[in-house]
Amino acid sequence: MPAVSKGDGMRGLAVFISDIRNCKSKEAEIKRINKELANIRSKFKGDKALDGYSKKKYVCKLLFIFLLGHDIDFGHMEAVNLLSSNKYTEKQIGYLFISVLVNSNSELIRLINNAIKNDLSSRNPTFMCLALHCIANVGSREMAEAFASEIPRILVAGDTMDSVKQSAALCLLRLYKTSPDLVLMGEWTSRVVHLLNDQHMGVVTAAISLITCLSQKNPDEFKTCVSLAVSRLSRIVSSASTDLQDYTYYFVPAPWLSCKLLRLLQCYPPPEDGAVKGRLVECLETILNKAQEPPKSKKVQHSNAKNAILFEAISLIIHYDSEPNLLVRACNQLGQFLQHRETNLRYLALESMCTLASSEFSHEAVKTHIETVINALKTERDVSVRQRAADLLYAMCDRSNAKQIVAEMLSYLETADYSIREEMVLKVAILAEKYAVDYSWYVDTILNLIRIAGDYVSEEVWYRVIQIVINRDDVQGYAAKTVFEALQAPACHENMVKVGGYILGEFGNLIAGDPRSSPLVQFNLLHSKFHLCSVPTRALLLSAYIKFINLFPETKATIQEVLRCDSQIRNSDVELQQRAVEYLKLSSIASTDVLATVLEEMPPFPERESSILAKLKKKKGPGAVSVTELEDNKREGGELNGGGERGPDTSAMSTPSPSADLLGIRSAVPVGAAPASAGSLLVDVFSEAGPAAVSAAVNDDGFLRFVCKNNGVLFENQLLQIGIKSEYRQNLGRMYLFYGNKTSVQFASFTTTVSCPGELQLQLNVQTKPVEPLVEGGAQIQQVLNIECLTDFSEAPLLNIKFRYGGALQNLTLKLPVTINKFFQPTEMASQDFFQRWKQLSQPTQEAQKIFKASHGMDTEVLKAKLLGLGTALLDNVDPNPENYVCAGVIQTKGQQVGCLLRLEPNAQAQMYRLTLRCSKDSVSKRLCELLAEQF
Amino acid sequence: MIRFLLLFSRQGKLRLQKWFTAYTDREKKKVIRDMIMLVLARQPRSCNFIQWRDLKIVYKRYASLYFCAGLEASDNELLSLEVLHRYVELLDRYFGNVCELDIIFNFEKAYFILDEFLMGGEVLETSKTAVAASMQETDTLQETMEEYMSKPAY
Repeated sequence: MPAVSKGDGMRGLAVFISDIRNCKSKEAEIKRINKELANIRSKFKGDKALDGYSKKKYVCKLLFIFLLGHDIDFGHMEAVNLLSSNKYTEKQIGYLFISVLVNSNSELIRLINNAIKNDLSSRNPTFMCLALHCIANVGSREMAEAFASEIPRILVAGDTMDSVKQSAALCLLRLYKTSPDLVLMGEWTSRVVHLLNDQHMGVVTAAISLITCLSQKNPDEFKTCVSLAVSRLSRIVSSASTDLQDYTYYFVPAPWLSCKLLRLLQCYPPPEDGAVKGRLVECLETILNKAQEPPKSKKVQHSNAKNAILFEAISLIIHYDSEPNLLVRACNQLGQFLQHRETNLRYLALESMCTLASSEFSHEAVKTHIETVINALKTERDVSVRQRAADLLYAMCDRSNAKQIVAEMLSYLETADYSIREEMVLKVAILAEKYAVDYSWYVDTILNLIRIAGDYVSEEVWYRVIQIVINRDDVQGYAAKTVFEALQAPACHENMVKVGGYILGEFGNLIAGDPRSSPLVQFNLLHSKFHLCSVPTRALLLSAYIKFINLFPETKATIQEVLRCDSQIRNSDVELQQRAVEYLKLSSIASTDVLATVLEEMPPFPERESSILAKLKKKKGPGAVSVTELEDNKREGGELNGGGERGPDTSAMSTPSPSADLLGIRSAVPVGAAPASAGSLLVDVFSEAGPAAVSAAVNDDGFLRFVCKNNGVLFENQLLQIGIKSEYRQNLGRMYLFYGNKTSVQFASFTTTVSCPGELQLQLNVQTKPVEPLVEGGAQIQQVLNIECLTDFSEAPLLNIKFRYGGALQNLTLKLPVTINKFFQPTEMASQDFFQRWKQLSQPTQEAQKIFKASHGMDTEVLKAKLLGLGTALLDNVDPNPENYVCAGVIQTKGQQVGCLLRLEPNAQAQMYRLTLRCSKDSVSKRLCELLAEQF
Repeated sequence: MIRFLLLFSRQGKLRLQKWFTAYTDREKKKVIRDMIMLVLARQPRSCNFIQWRDLKIVYKRYASLYFCAGLEASDNELLSLEVLHRYVELLDRYFGNVCELDIIFNFEKAYFILDEFLMGGEVLETSKTAVAASMQETDTLQETMEEYMSKPAY
């Protein structure tokens, strides 16, 4: 038993807690808890009315059990009863229970609100504070609706006690944060601002949190607070350390209020009024001066409070970014902290300096600390401090120190913590590219990056190095030599093999003169890695081989031999087999001229439209540079930053340029590209062109796959996977979207928007809630869409997804597979009925018909499954021709029902279908026909 | 503002949890687990701040208990460290040389003291005297109630 038993010790509670503590095992604990729960339940249910004390004790026990991590499903009502007790302790426990176990049960909320209302109007300050605390703790919308108009009144009323004012201010803040639309300050604005002048320091401290939040949202309405804040700050800063009595914390006058005032001022630009500004600059100087004074106490609390104000003042100086003198002083102060023996101060100094590095006035001053920061990166024991050091190095990097910083970061990478490697790799890649003057340095850096941390090098990084090598002929020979050397290592990373394969395939001829790197040596080197590689890398190597045949005719026989062997030409992987077969054929039937044209060196990657924003709108890989960085990097005409989505094996991407596949045959020629001669030639050779239209704006790859099914993967790229599960009933549907982060880095600012373009918004009602803005690496989050079909529709809703990955904004728009057939109700009918109705729907506009070639096998079971997936009833023994399929269904919309009949007539010999639809509404026939023609 | 405040022991037992914004039960459990793992794994004499998702975590150990707060990006780390310290002082003043057991057995009091000091994740009253006075006042209320209780209920 504890020694302390203040106030009313609840003995039963103490005994229970002791029992729990004495439990030897988890099972024993659960047993004891279940016993207690049974006891409490019987007490609550018993005929005898419980007295207030017992009720309080049992509610308190329930609370304890809940806090141990067990679920509590009763006792709420008893807790609510306690609220209306006139005994303080009972009320207090009741409120505590409600605050901890919020229940959105609307019945209960009404009762709770009632009790709160009574307490608010009781004029008993202690009761009022309890009620305000409860509102702030729960903070639900229902409470905001009930009290948002009452609380401002309490806050500014002349006769409100100070302690109640404090609670009212912060309670209002909480409600404003949850439901800003319900908190209307309007008439109260100026009186709230004037709370900054209040005599009572506690009231000012509480009120300023509210004022800061309101100022952020409505800066104009609250701008009078600036001069009030400055004068209040000035009074505190100039006061002696004991003037403020109780509000002095370890000899620092009002540290909380000071920081809040400095934070409030950061919502505004520097004051325009000269006098106010002068006074503020004076305050900031005093704060900076005080940092140099000897401490008034050796306690860490003293220095923490003092430095808290100092850091907040520095934030304000950085925010103003207009006083060179103060900025340089701030930087010097932080420089001192960089070497402070307190780890906390070193951490914060590194963090603060990051923001300082971006100011033109202080950038140079920050750079003088480079050695200290590098040292921190090497020697700090705490990984979070090292992380900050790496961030700062990145922020202070410019042309003059890039080589040094990149070298240091690379050497740190060898021992870096796994948790920060991926980020470090991106940073090195970005810096190397941004500040590359000498491209051989750039190539060396990226290859080193792959060597040291190959697993963490994302595709975008190695795409980029290839892109740059292709665009700059001065570095091609060097690159070929370097990758050749790098590949000599007995164990080299697969990413190195990819880069090596690509570069030697393009530029191997530049080093072929040296007998040590003769064509055959090059080929043998590459091929020695082949069997250890994954399928995509092997595919890339095969493409490199065919390029070798063109570059070095003497290797033709050897390479053909390789292509011809069973492990290639009969490879179980379709892609590899296809490449082997096609390349073999190409190399044996095409004339040298044709071969030379087809296998020409890759053309330079086109410069993107110069507008940076246009670039950002496109899909960007991580490693792409952020907006500001792009802006100050115009020297290379954007060529370097040309987006990471190009490169080998990305032919599925939507870049309107020659396919990024080495040869451009993987999925035929992208539509929209000026068809390169290579492309059309290949079509001639293989007389085959696949469908390759990929809309640049909206990705609808997945869309048509979902016409006949409800679940599956809608979209997938290197970063993100989107899965769908959906169910429909009548005219309503529910769709679950699963967003999976495939990387190990979190996505920030993750937002999704569903929109119905054009007239669709009148036809379809889609509702959803916003998703969590953060998706952790490897995590999956879910979003639910509720869909209501108002009337028939032809378009599809659009899903837009935005998030930040490694600092780069990703933006993606997909068509959501909500199609009219989802609202089908199957209708069974006999042959006679079917044809009778068929005849009734005989107006020419009611029928839609299409004859098309089968694009999949004509397997009966598959066809049946698809037709059932469509949502209609598949009718047997209706059509006189048993080969044909007929279906019937009714589309349910809110406004009307549309009857639909379908007939699908396969012709196995010609591999063709004839599809006929007859519906009671013309537009439905047409739409269904369009959708279905793509399915078989 | 402070998003949450957790107190847990060196053995990873949660002693107090306070949430200043709405979290679902699942999120709460995840945060608690992550925090305990993150903080207990820290080497001694590391810095008291950790970046975790978009939050700044500030923690400090007092005897057998860790005090751990999750802050928004705009909050001041050093001062939040002093928020933790002030809370310890307030507990200390109320219980007289507070220890983990006091918080276990009088968890409701620990919550009440916290409520006097913080509200909605912001500092409500920084004066130690003011907080202590209001705790005393409520205790007085309780004692009169005890007298009241000792009388028959009807």
